[in-house]
Amino acid sequence: MSEGHSTYTPKTGIERWFDARMPLPRLIYDSFVAYPVPRNLNYMWTFGGILSIMLASQILTGIVLAMHYTSDTNLAFDSVEKIMRDVNSGWLLRYLHSNGASFFFVAVYIHIFRGLFYGSYKAPRELLWILGCIIYLLMMATGFMGYVLPWGQMSFWGATVITGFFSAIPLVGNWIQQLLLGGFAVDDPTLNRFFALHYLLPFMIAGVVVLHIWALHVVGQSNPTGIEVKSKTDTVAFTPYATIKDAFGMIVFLFFFAYFVFYLPNYLGHPDNYTVANPLKTPAHIVPEWYFLPFYAILRAITFNIGPINSKLGGVLCMFGAIAMLFLVPWLDTSKVRSAVYRPWYKLFFWLFVADAILLGWLGSQPAEGAYVFMAQMATLFYFAFFLVVMPVLGLIETPRRLPNSITEAVLEKNKGGSGHPAGATAAPETKG
Amino acid sequence: MSATDIHDPNRRDFLYVATGMAAVVGAGAVAWPFIDQMRPDASTLALASVEVDVSSLQPGSSLIVKWRGKPVVVRNRTEKEMKDGEAVNLADLKDPIARNANLPADAPATDANRTTPGKEAWMVMVQVCTHLGCIPLGQEGDFGGWFCPCHGSQYDTAGRIRKGPAPENMAIPVFKFISDTKILIG
Repeated sequence: MSEGHSTYTPKTGIERWFDARMPLPRLIYDSFVAYPVPRNLNYMWTFGGILSIMLASQILTGIVLAMHYTSDTNLAFDSVEKIMRDVNSGWLLRYLHSNGASFFFVAVYIHIFRGLFYGSYKAPRELLWILGCIIYLLMMATGFMGYVLPWGQMSFWGATVITGFFSAIPLVGNWIQQLLLGGFAVDDPTLNRFFALHYLLPFMIAGVVVLHIWALHVVGQSNPTGIEVKSKTDTVAFTPYATIKDAFGMIVFLFFFAYFVFYLPNYLGHPDNYTVANPLKTPAHIVPEWYFLPFYAILRAITFNIGPINSKLGGVLCMFGAIAMLFLVPWLDTSKVRSAVYRPWYKLFFWLFVADAILLGWLGSQPAEGAYVFMAQMATLFYFAFFLVVMPVLGLIETPRRLPNSITEAVLEKNKGGSGHPAGATAAPETKG
Repeated sequence: MSATDIHDPNRRDFLYVATGMAAVVGAGAVAWPFIDQMRPDASTLALASVEVDVSSLQPGSSLIVKWRGKPVVVRNRTEKEMKDGEAVNLADLKDPIARNANLPADAPATDANRTTPGKEAWMVMVQVCTHLGCIPLGQEGDFGGWFCPCHGSQYDTAGRIRKGPAPENMAIPVFKFISDTKILIG
């Protein structure tokens, strides 16, 4: 769907002057105005735009918060409380930032599950998908280090546990762990370097986002049918169609975001983080932020040694392996058909996988004892089976439903015998033949 | 110069190789300080010894001191705790090594090897879970020793890992009794 030619024609003298020297207006016009998008994109496709504004919002609120924050273990906790009580509008900026991180992850999880449902990772979009996985990894690193900065009990013990992962690596593990911590335990050097990196990583995310969008504009967007664009009637112009749909999606999303910021600002946090960090006392029940819970459950599920791999290394390997699965998805899925809409069995397993991920998240929030451990082990088994067994095998044995010949045909078929009157046609331009 | 020319290495070849070598060595030399600065600094490395007065510890009570940023527990064990520790069959242990810095590295994890001769009631141990570094809670869990609330590791009365994800027994630091009531750690 990559357009080899540009339809931009500079109209004013200034535009012509720029176009001859640095054609930025042309790039913007070709990327965000004339750019053709499949006419059947649904609201699941608005999350790319939503993620962009969440990144911008996090960077903006983050820079402002950094002006009031002190990354010293003796002062960090108090400086955050000062932001909450003394700094003008500080409470709002901090709640926007802390809840913004959560909603950033809400949006990214919907975005990832959309990709898994509609097969957006399949050729020629493998690199696009992998760039997305890299953004997700960077987001996790940023989110983790940001949570350490308030220097509460959960900050400290979360940092202790997560840097402890690295000590599981044979031979060089302890050296790497000390390299990350700058000492033998989480302390002042750790807080300072986490602050510096927490400030840096969002800009690296922004860089990879540019690559992600670049790759997207080369191969074009996927769509709910999974059929490639074949003719001009399969597409509509980005502006106004996608622009207005994205804008509406953003506003609805920000509505939920604002509800949490103003009415439930601490719902997604943990009360223990309003207690200053104490290196001599572990809270009775350590939990990471909600968006890490499924991986945390996988980490804790490995309570047994697997051959020469002890349970600690096994848990860490499984946890990182769970994320690594995402990178391999383009090659694990053997089906010729992209979209789950036409794959009845994959659709069933997809929803089981969603349920499994939510179950793991819940188990991650429960204490690691009794039946919870067994349940987490079973859920972990299904998590890996989905990628390593279901995806490759289903593609070979499943009989997909009949695919429409084109996006246009799919859209018209869906609306067959539909609106004969002009009002309906104007209200839903994407269904017009 | 075309690829088909057969020459002994000439001045140009030397310049290519020399430039390449300088670039590699230079890049490494520049990268190292950036990695090196991440490591624990001199003030963190400065070894500290702590002297602990344990005269107030009755059997069944413990105290915690901070050593190298980590908590070290000193526990005066009860008769029952000692008996439980001695009764354990070594074959049941997940980690059969004593992990006692005062003994050879391969000493078996008997109850006696987890303490110091003549002072078998006393446990002196870095109270940090060997899984991911949490502080286990004392006198809890199925084995009456330590229980880590983070990921459910359970240690017995001699601080040996019995159940859960932790791989090793909790570490015993270098320490000695300098009198009947004073311990020097480190």
